Amino acid sequence: MTPVPVSLDRRFREAAAAAGLLDVAFDVLEDTPVGPLLVGVTDHGVCRISFDPDPEHQLEQLARQYGPRVLRSPRPVDRLRRELDEYFDGRRRAFDVELDLRAAPAYQRRVLAELARVEYGHTTTYGTLAARTGNPRAARAVGTAMNRNPVPIVLPCHRVVGANGSLTGYGGGLGRKELLLRLEGAIF
Amino acid sequence: MAAAVPPFELFYEAHKDAVLSFLRRRAGRQRADDLFQDTFLRALRAYERLEHGEHLRAWVLTIADRLVIDGARREQPQGELLAEPATEDGRPAYEELAPLTGDLPPKERAAVVLRYGYDLGYDEIGAALGSTEQAARQAASAGVRRLRKEQR
Repeated sequence: MTPVPVSLDRRFREAAAAAGLLDVAFDVLEDTPVGPLLVGVTDHGVCRISFDPDPEHQLEQLARQYGPRVLRSPRPVDRLRRELDEYFDGRRRAFDVELDLRAAPAYQRRVLAELARVEYGHTTTYGTLAARTGNPRAARAVGTAMNRNPVPIVLPCHRVVGANGSLTGYGGGLGRKELLLRLEGAIF
Repeated sequence: MAAAVPPFELFYEAHKDAVLSFLRRRAGRQRADDLFQDTFLRALRAYERLEHGEHLRAWVLTIADRLVIDGARREQPQGELLAEPATEDGRPAYEELAPLTGDLPPKERAAVVLRYGYDLGYDEIGAALGSTEQAARQAASAGVRRLRKEQR
């Protein structure tokens, strides 16, 4: 069987996105300071950033949440790719890309909205976020919401730490959390 | 339970080489490249309405086949060269076959429909089913035997 030439493959993937036929366009950013990232974008905005770059693990879930027309297509991801590059270079402190959080449950969306207000280079605690979303005792639920954050880095769950200042946990592993906080100058 | 429709990426990766090979044999190298993109764009348009993920190889090859036939018609309006196999009342043969073959095991059904409904060669059917020409021939004839038995 003839393998499909790269140019033909690329042409189809671009045409599919340009024709507006995709529920999710995704790509893998191979070379970032926190390792490869799988990123997904819908018509509404960025819907996924994952530290697990293996598409097999992500595609089924993206298809369930947004529709089965999930295809690797670099062009729609360009804007996010550029903003992440700038962020990792220290040239960007806030993201301008739109987000698509439709798949998140209402409570999680509320927590994520509060999270979005935690500024570059600062940290807050699970308890503080819980208080801001209406229930000071819900620190654990906030932790769960952070762990399920569909768009880490852009929504900065790495800026949320334990009450005693310890890093506590991170969906992408503590090493990455530390790296991001160091990059922002929040820890030394 | 029928298999779920896979994310399009997995479907595309699983069948793109077969579709291009099929198109190159049917339409020549140059037209095949254009038809390749059209085939998968058309598949994307229909993808949401798919009810299950079975026989997707055969499904996408029928889309490709249809595009080859439509393209040939446009190029030579009077030509009957590539007309699809039709039954006497003018309906395409594959529509006629659908209700008859519904109870066959999946592989035999696909082989019968592709052979007698779409007039594909056994080598193409073998490729469509991810097996060999020989296996396709056997599946089609087993399917026909089973149909005869059922009709008695």
